[in-house]
Amino acid sequence: MQYLEGRKYVVQGIFLSVALVFAVRLFHIQVLDGSYKLAADKNTLQRIVQVPYRGLIYDRKGQLLVQNTPVYDLMVIPREVKNLDSARFCQLLQMPIEELRTGLHAAKVYSRSKASPLVQNLSTPELAAIQDNLVDFPGFSIKARMARAYRTENMAHALGYVGSITPVMLEKEKYAKYIAGDFLGITGLESFYEKEMMGRRGVQYRMVNVRGVEKGAFRDGEFDTLSVAGKDLHLSIDTELQQYGEYLMQGKRGSIVALDPKTGEILAFVSAPTFNPATLTGKGSGNRYMALLNDTTKPLFDRPLAATYPPGSVFKLVNEAIALQEGVVTPYTGFPCNWKLVRCTHRHEYPANSTLAIKNSCNPYFYQVMFATVRRGRSTSKFRDVALGLEDWRRHVVTFGLAQHLGVDLPGERMGLIPSPNFYDKRYGKNRWSYKTIYSLSIGQGEIGITGLQMANLMAIFANRGWYYAPHFVRGIGNGGPLPQYLQKHYTSVDSSHFNAIVPGMQAVVDGRGGTGNLASLLDVGISVAGKTGTVQNAHGDDHATFAAFAPAEDPKIAIAVFIENAGFGGSSAAPLAGLMMEKYLRGHIAPWRKRWEYWLPGPASRFITHRR
Amino acid sequence: MPASPARYSRSIDWFTLGLYVLLVGLGLLNVYAASYSAEVPFSRVFAADWSGLMAFNWFKQLVWIGVSVLLIGVLLVIDYKAYDTFAYVLYGGMIVLLLVTLVVARPIAGSRSWLELGPMRLQPAEFAKFTTALAASRFMAGINLRQQAFQQQLVLAGLTLLPPLLIIASNETGQALVFGAFLLAYFREGMSPLILLILAAAGVVLILSLLVPKVWLVGAFTIILVLVFVFNTRVLRHHLPLAVSVWAVVLGMVFGVDFFYNSVLQPHQRKRIEVLLNPSADPLGVGWNVTQSKIAIGSGGLLGKGFLEGTQTRFDFVPEQSTDFIFCTVGEEWGWLGTMTLIILFMTLLGRIIFVAERQKSVFGRTYGYCVASIIFFHFVVNVGMTIGLAPVVGIPLPFFSYGGSSLWSFTILLFILLAIDAYRKQDLVR
Repeated sequence: MQYLEGRKYVVQGIFLSVALVFAVRLFHIQVLDGSYKLAADKNTLQRIVQVPYRGLIYDRKGQLLVQNTPVYDLMVIPREVKNLDSARFCQLLQMPIEELRTGLHAAKVYSRSKASPLVQNLSTPELAAIQDNLVDFPGFSIKARMARAYRTENMAHALGYVGSITPVMLEKEKYAKYIAGDFLGITGLESFYEKEMMGRRGVQYRMVNVRGVEKGAFRDGEFDTLSVAGKDLHLSIDTELQQYGEYLMQGKRGSIVALDPKTGEILAFVSAPTFNPATLTGKGSGNRYMALLNDTTKPLFDRPLAATYPPGSVFKLVNEAIALQEGVVTPYTGFPCNWKLVRCTHRHEYPANSTLAIKNSCNPYFYQVMFATVRRGRSTSKFRDVALGLEDWRRHVVTFGLAQHLGVDLPGERMGLIPSPNFYDKRYGKNRWSYKTIYSLSIGQGEIGITGLQMANLMAIFANRGWYYAPHFVRGIGNGGPLPQYLQKHYTSVDSSHFNAIVPGMQAVVDGRGGTGNLASLLDVGISVAGKTGTVQNAHGDDHATFAAFAPAEDPKIAIAVFIENAGFGGSSAAPLAGLMMEKYLRGHIAPWRKRWEYWLPGPASRFITHRR
Repeated sequence: MPASPARYSRSIDWFTLGLYVLLVGLGLLNVYAASYSAEVPFSRVFAADWSGLMAFNWFKQLVWIGVSVLLIGVLLVIDYKAYDTFAYVLYGGMIVLLLVTLVVARPIAGSRSWLELGPMRLQPAEFAKFTTALAASRFMAGINLRQQAFQQQLVLAGLTLLPPLLIIASNETGQALVFGAFLLAYFREGMSPLILLILAAAGVVLILSLLVPKVWLVGAFTIILVLVFVFNTRVLRHHLPLAVSVWAVVLGMVFGVDFFYNSVLQPHQRKRIEVLLNPSADPLGVGWNVTQSKIAIGSGGLLGKGFLEGTQTRFDFVPEQSTDFIFCTVGEEWGWLGTMTLIILFMTLLGRIIFVAERQKSVFGRTYGYCVASIIFFHFVVNVGMTIGLAPVVGIPLPFFSYGGSSLWSFTILLFILLAIDAYRKQDLVR
């Protein structure tokens, strides 16, 4: 059968063609197609993110304000749940059975084999009840994680809060490093110092087998990184002073900001009404947040940063300083208290010099001071002339840290408003406005807005006689100092000698006979206070009261600004609180005879008193 | 009996023996890798007693290899004429054994094909291969396939089909399919190539009817029929009934495939075909094996991850890794070079077996040689094919390589009967 021998080539051909097909196929999946290598890594590599310990927050004296505390979540792996005695389970947790059902369903939808939280933030009794009985409920486990805990009831606005990242945030470039379920600072210092406080997350690559059981480190941990704990924040806040300020502002609306003028450090930062910072953490925080949001007194509104008011008479100090710098007046210039120009606050002695004018807060005097500043006769047109003058005036004003972000270490700071000629051109038309139109700027009313923080900073400038550091809360990050921008001195365009000429007037306001801010005087305990009252006309209701001061006048250690909304005359309602705050800070306690001012709430404000339950 | 041991050893085909040793050795190495666990330190192996050692798959494989060596000794000592003489007896014994298995066996993983003898488990289906090969070769030696009556061909077909039918009855379809490999051997001995062609064409039509909408197929075949008539009028005149009946049969297959697919095939078999056509269907069920096996092999790259470094292998991502999916270990740890080496080794072995078969003077020896090559080839194609997604998942082992006593012994017997026959071929001359 020789003719059949050729068939061996056919058989060999079949063998070889199959081998060739296999070789090509193998070359394709092993060498050309990289997707199998990725799939293999996806199979075996589990990425475990270690969330670092978030930085703590201390006050000026090293007292711990914000710490981390373990909270417990009840987790469930749906696939491992077997023979669940739901009646007993619900009884242990005091939980309606529908809630368990919907919770289990949601967990199943997420993943059958991965753990998802069934109950977050277990209360201590719940934890105790379930922990001992976990053996009877396969598939359920307790997971501990760190949450924020507060050792203070104060300073909610400055501290801010930590919450889980929202889907909207996750889409932003800024939060590229975060994943769903991460916690981060939402407001306040927690948000501003998020980068410093969160630390660096550690990543570990673990190899797992087909059942997800760990089989050791990937390449002996070559690609692993350790988590680095977040840095602690050391605040310049004096907790006692802060607490006292919040106590004084109970039932009122407004703000108190106290600074150390020599460093720009914020000593107290009160926004009233306020709330307990712990409100926004833990179980039920969502509901409590909504309650605060819907509160008509707007407790979530960060007044010292975000509420801008006309500064009122306090602003006369700035106008005087600019006029002195421009050389249009001297400290000894006298102007008549001419009520035809503008109504004055009250009948008083003749303002023969700036000190007397400041002491009596004489409106017509400062009308004329500003007139001298802006009407220099540089143009024959009074419209053109005032525009030129206002331009120069504004250039000076902004060096006082107004109409700009001071750069405090909190998000949400407002700039405020100092009008430019452009502003009035837009409103009235070019050459359609004169000094008569804008004269209210001379007494700090009208188209002008500054924040409580800017007002306190203004006092720091007068305390320092012409310079300031940007106000800030954090004097130390970890073992280091504050952020570099807080070590940079800002000078005003006014020489310090001119401030020296004004300070006696501010002292006279408080300590002088018949001064408008007498109620802030601490002369009886040997402290000289320099300050200025203000009453802010309010189109929407009663006037706002303001008082700004620094003390001691010779060697200032504290600069303070108090705003109380709808509280009338600054001298009578805001000044006593400023006095108390300064005494508290400088002496540590309040003289017994001044204690009564703590409860003294003049006139219109009293109807806003509500007692904290 | 051999004239002298020296002459005998000279007549053994050492080249094939060498390939056998190489394949079994490499197989053992990969069985070790597939069942290796970093958590079991090697010192435990030394501390273990016999039963402890038998817990290791690689040690058991080593024992099976030891038994194989004994088997080889016995096979080479037995007079080659015994295989010829007792071919039908062995075949008959095997049929009885298969029947007994069918009655006695407890179902293991859905199949009633394992005979349990104390602690040992044997799969008679494995041994049906060489007995059937012997019987078919013996029968072939007595007839001339091309000239013999249709009756003889029917006997041969029955002889070949009886064992697989019994094996199918025991729910071990994969082992039964192996008997299709005999067609290649019969082809060499004179079977009409038309049968191979028709089977190949039928396969193509079946696969097409699963993949392509029926209307297209019917249209395409009808157009082909018409074109044949138009361009070859001779066919129209002489073979009209034949052409039309071929066309009718094809159409019948196209429509019959649904019935076959849905009613004849069992659900798990249907799934396997479905997964072959579309691997992403059912990724966690039947598709899992194929997907994971492709991942393991594909992640090996050109040079592989290194011995005992395969993550997919070590962490049990591929099921049945030391038996049916042993090729994954080679692919992952030794890369394309490893898989190519294995393919070349198998091709060399197959080529050598054909060479040995062709030098036999007897029809019996030659037919048997081709049967050996065909059976090994079939196992190789289906086993490697299923790991790389080119064949449906059929549970048959890779010859000499996969873990398992039954399969190792059956392939050893299969191969060494051929070597024994070959070693005596000079005596054949004398006879």
